[in-house]
Amino acid sequence: MTNNSVKNLLLTITLLTLILVPFGLDSFHTEMVAKILVFAIFAMSLDLLIGFTGLISFGHAAYFGLAAYTVAIYTSNTDESNLFITLALSMLSAGIAALIVGLFVLRTKGIYFIMVTLAFAQMMYFVFHDTDIGGGSDGVYVNSRPTPELFGTTLFDMSEMSNIYWLVLACLVLVYAFLKRMLNSPFGRTLQGIKSNEHRMQSMGYSTYWYKLGAFTIAGSLAGCAGFLYAVIFGFVTPELLSWHESGNVLLMVILGGMGNLIGAILGATAFVLMQDMFADITEHWPLLMGSVIVFAVLFMPGGIVQLPSRIKQTLQSWSKS
Amino acid sequence: MNDIILNARGVSKRFGGLLANNNLNIQLQTGKLHALLGPNGAGKSTCINLLSGDLPVSGGRIELYGKDITELSNTQRSKLGIGRSYQRTNIMMNFTVFENVRLAAQSRKPEAWKILSSVSNNTKIIDKVSACVARAGLESKIDRLASALSHGEQRQLEIAMVLATNAKVLLLDEPLAGMGAQESACMVELLNQLKQDHAILLVEHDMDAVFAVADEITVMVNGEVLESGCPNTIKQSEKVKVAYLGEEEDNA
Repeated sequence: MTNNSVKNLLLTITLLTLILVPFGLDSFHTEMVAKILVFAIFAMSLDLLIGFTGLISFGHAAYFGLAAYTVAIYTSNTDESNLFITLALSMLSAGIAALIVGLFVLRTKGIYFIMVTLAFAQMMYFVFHDTDIGGGSDGVYVNSRPTPELFGTTLFDMSEMSNIYWLVLACLVLVYAFLKRMLNSPFGRTLQGIKSNEHRMQSMGYSTYWYKLGAFTIAGSLAGCAGFLYAVIFGFVTPELLSWHESGNVLLMVILGGMGNLIGAILGATAFVLMQDMFADITEHWPLLMGSVIVFAVLFMPGGIVQLPSRIKQTLQSWSKS
Repeated sequence: MNDIILNARGVSKRFGGLLANNNLNIQLQTGKLHALLGPNGAGKSTCINLLSGDLPVSGGRIELYGKDITELSNTQRSKLGIGRSYQRTNIMMNFTVFENVRLAAQSRKPEAWKILSSVSNNTKIIDKVSACVARAGLESKIDRLASALSHGEQRQLEIAMVLATNAKVLLLDEPLAGMGAQESACMVELLNQLKQDHAILLVEHDMDAVFAVADEITVMVNGEVLESGCPNTIKQSEKVKVAYLGEEEDNA
């Protein structure tokens, strides 16, 4: 079997397993997997910036949290909100916010870019933290889960965790397929060219600023998709979702999984959420354990989880030769 | 002569107290190759950077097809048809030869804004890439990573990329640097071919190559033009001899 067909086989098996999750797990653990998938979408959206465009955003949680708040605010006055409209509004608000912030932050480069993305995210954090827009620092409950109504018929029951799970899985597959396709389009290749050598792209006539703005906006609205799903699953939204801790977490997921690889982002999110959960069971000082694991991962696993198989293979080959 | 495409008049560049380019006049026209000679530090690369828009001028005026482009950025000038190669190889090292040239070929709007079409479906661009790669003599290396090419091949790749952007004016900064004798000969042939339908400015140290392709030569020293004219004039110029070989001793 070629490398590619092994990969496809693995992907198919994983997808089938994921579809079957609600049949094998209770609703608590199904929710846990759903949470992983939400963060996988979030991590993929950030990987578009970090791994494919070369933009290290340290404020990506802002768009995730903003979309979650959009759900809470939009559903606050009604018991009957449409899921598709709510999803569109969440992604739109996150995308527009990213567009506006991008207009400013993309004028900077390197360390300054990291700092201004952080600054804008903190500004948005304090908007929700210090005003009554979304219940202030206590956060706010989502009044009612939006219903998946299309042409007058309700497609499925949102009070079932399994249905919510499948909705999340469908979003993950769609976001993955969209990004995969986009990265192989002229636009996606342009972004990768910018990451590789922005100056050269400019001298070939690419107005790189606008392409980066396009990527920043798309990444923001995809983070919005993840934020929407988060709010729908947990029904509770706090300013912490926009905080720099959250931005840091998603950055670590991408690094842990392997930058510049969508599957890597998914694996990174999986490892991160599982470890967080596992260590929290062992000790209340779990961030300490988490931190050491990440230090070790970065030191001994450059390229992240996704490159682990090929690195192991290389090591084995060099052993068998000597 | 009204077929001058690029016209730089009185162009100067100052880096603090250093006058890197002083009052330079350069005209480029299709069918002619203009070579820029001079010892290291004479300001040749600075001149290319000024014409390409990589550096802003401190004074003077640059016109393309009679239109003032002095204030335009390198990106805007590229869109208008000025293409350049770099002295220090400047390519996407982690991409293949094909992908480097493909990016150059799709740089003409609005192709690069297509978000959902697959790059492997655009046969028009793929054909163009093949043609440009072939013209630069890299067919056999088309699927190689740029970082795995020899230095000379990377120079060829730069040329292929410039061609793929449909540039009408080529600013080539030492395209022969690091090339073997055979590669150089191929490049000279390519340059002779390219100048049929391009206006070319060539910065080059290889004298044999320069005299084999140049229609006009400008010799620079310390940021100033020392001599400008056809190759024969330059060959016989006393000033150029002095600049390159030093003062003649009387006791010869």
